[in-house]
Amino acid sequence: MDKLWLILKREYLNKVRNRTFVIMTFVSPLIFVGVVLLISWLTSINSDEIRKVAILDSTGQDYAALFEDTERTDYILLEDMTQDMAVTASSEADYYGLLLLNGNQQGLEQAIFYSDDSPSSGFIETIETKINKKATESNYLSQGIDLNVIANAQVDNEIQLQKFSGEQTSKEAGWIKIATGGAAGYLLMMFIIIYGNMLMRSVIEEKTNRIIEVIVSSVKPKYLMLGKITGTSLAGITQFAIWVVLGGILVTVGSMILGVDAFTTPANADVIATTQDASKIELIANDIAQLPILKLVICFFIYFIGGYFLYASIYAAIGAAVDSETDTQQFMLPVILPLMLAIYVGFFSVMDNPHGTVAVVFSYIPLTSPIVMLMRIPFGEIAMWEILLSMVILYGSIFIMIFISAKIYRIGILMYGKKTNWKELYKWLKY
Amino acid sequence: MEYTLEARGITKTYGDYTAISDVTLKVPKGSIFGLLGPNGAGKTSLIRIINQITMPDEGQVVLNGEPLHPKHIADIGYMPEERGLYKSMKVGEQCIYLAQLKGLSKREAKARLQYWFDRLGIEGWWNKKLQELSKGMAQKIQFIVTVMHEPSLLIFDEPFSGFDPVNADLIKDEIINLRDQGATIIFSTHRMESVEEMCDHIALINKSHLVLEGKLNEVKQRFRSRSYAVSLITDDAQSTFEKVPMDLQPQSTQLKGLDSTLDFTIQLPEEVTLPSVLNVLTSLGELVHFSEIIPSVNDIFIQTVRNHG
Repeated sequence: MDKLWLILKREYLNKVRNRTFVIMTFVSPLIFVGVVLLISWLTSINSDEIRKVAILDSTGQDYAALFEDTERTDYILLEDMTQDMAVTASSEADYYGLLLLNGNQQGLEQAIFYSDDSPSSGFIETIETKINKKATESNYLSQGIDLNVIANAQVDNEIQLQKFSGEQTSKEAGWIKIATGGAAGYLLMMFIIIYGNMLMRSVIEEKTNRIIEVIVSSVKPKYLMLGKITGTSLAGITQFAIWVVLGGILVTVGSMILGVDAFTTPANADVIATTQDASKIELIANDIAQLPILKLVICFFIYFIGGYFLYASIYAAIGAAVDSETDTQQFMLPVILPLMLAIYVGFFSVMDNPHGTVAVVFSYIPLTSPIVMLMRIPFGEIAMWEILLSMVILYGSIFIMIFISAKIYRIGILMYGKKTNWKELYKWLKY
Repeated sequence: MEYTLEARGITKTYGDYTAISDVTLKVPKGSIFGLLGPNGAGKTSLIRIINQITMPDEGQVVLNGEPLHPKHIADIGYMPEERGLYKSMKVGEQCIYLAQLKGLSKREAKARLQYWFDRLGIEGWWNKKLQELSKGMAQKIQFIVTVMHEPSLLIFDEPFSGFDPVNADLIKDEIINLRDQGATIIFSTHRMESVEEMCDHIALINKSHLVLEGKLNEVKQRFRSRSYAVSLITDDAQSTFEKVPMDLQPQSTQLKGLDSTLDFTIQLPEEVTLPSVLNVLTSLGELVHFSEIIPSVNDIFIQTVRNHG
């Protein structure tokens, strides 16, 4: 046990003192934040460009009045032109588009939007809504119906979402859950890939350094492996924590200096605007508060540690089995594949139905359960026994996997010059 | 006699490949024991079993009278043929870490390292990174790491490779010194002259089998072949040589025939006695040298391996 601690300490200190590690720890957030700021800055420049849209209204009902210039779009009214002339003129003037409204006093007959670009469906929908509304109204008027009557008769009821227990939720609750679960799952996947690889490299390094024989004549390979896995993960957690703190500070400072709001890109500004409703915000806050936070945090740690250890022992075994990093390719697919699968199952099956067969099955399979279950939990109502069963399977598999990996590790670290393949690994298990 | 290490019927196979087959040997306490054998014979496999890096399929290793147990790693110091240390770690830190893994406390490790660094004259290296050192310098560190926990059994695999003659001599003296202080040393090498010079016991492994074991001088006795080296002073070396009876299988060892000394070897047939040979030789000229040819370890090695080929 003492030795495990010694190894753990060395691995940790060696990692965090490593120059590359230190540089990466402090430079990565800079790069990351830089990229985020760059993107939002570029987007804001991009949308500074004002699109010019021409309108030729031949209905005589002044549809053009519906379109007022916005921040991003200028409307130009064309008059006394035929359709062909308008098309040619707009094309020559290099307008973004031409809206052609055909009709007569009886009403709007046809609307065409000419553009060499493909206008976004949102843009087209806005136009459609506007002209349809006016057309409908004018139809009502021509039938002699009072618009006020219609307006009063119109019902626009929003469905209130409530739980059976009576708590109110918002429609955004689903998104909050997806975001929470998705972030947890994604974080775990990134952690496994980054630090799994780091662990694998350090195993390979010990092997190429040939120090391994000195070490294993002092301590059991199993302890060396466990010490390395734990030490590397602690170094990883340190780095992650620094990233989170630094990233937070940098984004705040950067936004203030550059005057760019990194979180409100033009794309989501509308969404935020529509949710500026005070009662809604309260509901969203309420939704966040209603997430099973304690359960989520506890499960996050259990699955995070479990998931990392399971994959780390595989990474360590791969590192021990090969002579150099270039030989690891053939072994990487079985590691990456279940991780990708878990993320996809999470984002598609779980979002669709957190209690569906696929979601449930994958939250039991140990290679995918940490990610899938973490994404299921925010949706709530996962029975305790389900979570416990999945954890028992996961931790049981970790013990089996560590046992298998330790065997491969024990033999692999002393094997040189032989290209290892799956068949060879299977043979090692029987030694 | 007291034995530091006893291997009893050790067998180790990897799949279809047998690395060590039923090897039994005893390493006497306080001896320098030469473990010899051609490349791939199974020496390293045996050493790894003694170090508990791998487990034998069959057989038992007994260290200081007890069956091998994980606690014994503190009693063994092992310098593998493939030397290895952490390249990016500082020398002092690294030595302390490795000493702690062998069970020393940090303070103890520091004190002993101080002693060894002084002794080998490398005090200034404490804060250097290993990658800044030359190969020979790193070898010195490796040697210290191997011996500093004062184990009762030391295993050196090719201890002199990488050292210049001066440092090789220094290390040789240190090894002998350690033996004098009571350590038992297993010494695996292909440099037969150092075996000749240092070992008092040898064992030879060939193709996973133990083919020869014993005290060096007893082994040599066994390999006596009734061969003798002879020097005669005559007027005419050439004609005298021709007069040597053919049943003695004379073979000239003379490289240059300028002076009147005739050097050659003879091999005595079973029925010929030593006095009768001496009579014949003295009748041919003035006999100035006559000695038995004791086989060198090198000869024994080659001969044994050939016979078991």
